[in-house]
Amino acid sequence: MRHGKYRFIVGFLALPLLFYGIFVISPFVQAFQISTTEWSGLRGTAKSVGLDNYAKLLHSDEFWNALRHNVIMLVLVPIATLTLGLFFAFMLNVGGKARRGAVITGVRGASFYKFVYFFPQVISITIISVIWFNIYNPDPHDGMLNSLLGAVGLHSLQSSWLGVKSIALACIMVVMVWANVGFYVVLFSAAMASIPREIYEASLLDGANRFHTFFRITLPLLWDTVQTGWVYMGIIAMDAFALVQIMSVNMGGPDGATDVVPLRLYQTAFRDSQFGYAAAMGVAMLVVTLLFAVLTMRFARRDRIEF
Amino acid sequence: MTTETNAAEQRPVIGGQRPGGRKSARTGRRSSEGGTLNVFSHGILFVWALMVGMPLLWVLWSSFKSSGDILTTPWSLPGKLHFENWVNAWDKANIGKMFLNTLVVVGGSVAGTMVLGSMAGYVLARFQFPGNRIIYYLFVAGMSFPVFMLVIPLFFVMRDFPGIPLLATYQGLIAVYIAYSLPFTVFFMTSFFRTLPTSVAEAAMIDGASHARTFFQVMLPMAKPGLISIGIFNFLGQWNQYLLPMVLNQDEDKYVLTQGLANIALQQGYEGDWGGLMAGMMIAMLPVLLVYFIFQRQVQAGLTAGALK
Repeated sequence: MRHGKYRFIVGFLALPLLFYGIFVISPFVQAFQISTTEWSGLRGTAKSVGLDNYAKLLHSDEFWNALRHNVIMLVLVPIATLTLGLFFAFMLNVGGKARRGAVITGVRGASFYKFVYFFPQVISITIISVIWFNIYNPDPHDGMLNSLLGAVGLHSLQSSWLGVKSIALACIMVVMVWANVGFYVVLFSAAMASIPREIYEASLLDGANRFHTFFRITLPLLWDTVQTGWVYMGIIAMDAFALVQIMSVNMGGPDGATDVVPLRLYQTAFRDSQFGYAAAMGVAMLVVTLLFAVLTMRFARRDRIEF
Repeated sequence: MTTETNAAEQRPVIGGQRPGGRKSARTGRRSSEGGTLNVFSHGILFVWALMVGMPLLWVLWSSFKSSGDILTTPWSLPGKLHFENWVNAWDKANIGKMFLNTLVVVGGSVAGTMVLGSMAGYVLARFQFPGNRIIYYLFVAGMSFPVFMLVIPLFFVMRDFPGIPLLATYQGLIAVYIAYSLPFTVFFMTSFFRTLPTSVAEAAMIDGASHARTFFQVMLPMAKPGLISIGIFNFLGQWNQYLLPMVLNQDEDKYVLTQGLANIALQQGYEGDWGGLMAGMMIAMLPVLLVYFIFQRQVQAGLTAGALK
């Protein structure tokens, strides 16, 4: 019996571990090793250079420029996305007209709104990029956004969007927020639905308005979910690769204004064949991601509220 | 903690006697506040729905317009339905071929992920053995590795793999999709199998079923709700995967939809066959839309499951 148990365990774990070991764990380990070499990809030609790639990284203006954009996204995109997500979720669940004697009601059609908002989550980032590439078309008559602004008389707001150095990055961030708000509306709605109704009713009977209800009750009770959502969104913001690659002028332009680390890494490796240097960028990305997750968990920690 | 105590303290007051006048005044004020808020919230919610929905509807109606019309009058509805866009996309722009490639790869990898993921999840959830925790955390840790860090070594692992060609082949892409979906699938299925009652499996064992038979004939059917959620999650993630095929699948005959569409869009800029591209995007979205329309609730629950845990 015991013997059969272990044979079963080994039999069931062998294949998953094999796949995972070959294609995930071994590349993870090799990334550190490759980052200490100078290598154009030809078998057997890797030259060990110690930490030179990291030194080069620290002194590269291009890399710091790209990393700065990722950090800006890391801070601004989660703030905007989570704020809008919380706001819409609160509106959907608590913003409705009182009816049928219930004190707290969601708005009518809440599930329809959630259905629409969640839509960008299920379609490919490539398709989202192509759609927004058209929205940002710089032509004052042909561009979707520009022609819309023109039609309502806001000609002064028309712009070349992705072609303008000062706002190109913001344009990319808008797309990230647009695509991800729906995820958080659904997530926070589910979390809000698990808050007992009596807590809301009690606070309303005590004269709290919805503003107070949100900040004194909903937000503290959702804090755990907000924190997890923040980490999720930060990891998405560290990426931004497909959006920048497909939408931006000259991949990362104009003039490096939308460059991000993943794009730098991809081009260093698969265009310039500097695999050692690119691997060092990959390790840097891991460090930044882990740092971000640890800092978030540390500074956002509050006492857990049981309910 | 404070919130809970407050709420608990206040509760008796609701049931208690209050002067009638005061109560109705409060109710009145609350409903008028509710009324304005209701209009306000509907307004804002509707505007956001338009902002999200319009661009997507725009793809649909643009797929029936001529390329010239898409560019010069982006907002107009199609004057005449150009069904040839869809035909052109399928034949000339190779979307048909990419669609089949994607179907083969995602079909194989979703099936593989489900089988391997639930096997590993079951063993990790139900059996005590030395190294159980280590293997579990090894899988879970994979969720935090940036894929960009892994693609460079992965490219060479695939290129130099002994015996089987893996770069730009179906089997290579399927294997990689399975491997990169395992961390979340194992994490999810482990916690799912933990929630299932042990008594049924024990009964099957007492009746003489082997471990493997207990798993396939008793436990897997019981885990169906979890399998559906994680299956949808993996289907969407793998159908929309972009980075992995772009690095590992550079043969145009083997292109999957995401990389093929990106390739077309990158080459043509603001000129070119936009009608065909829009139709191609619709074709690429159809399976996903179908799944989303049918399984709306499961899709939303499945994709947010990771963050709620």
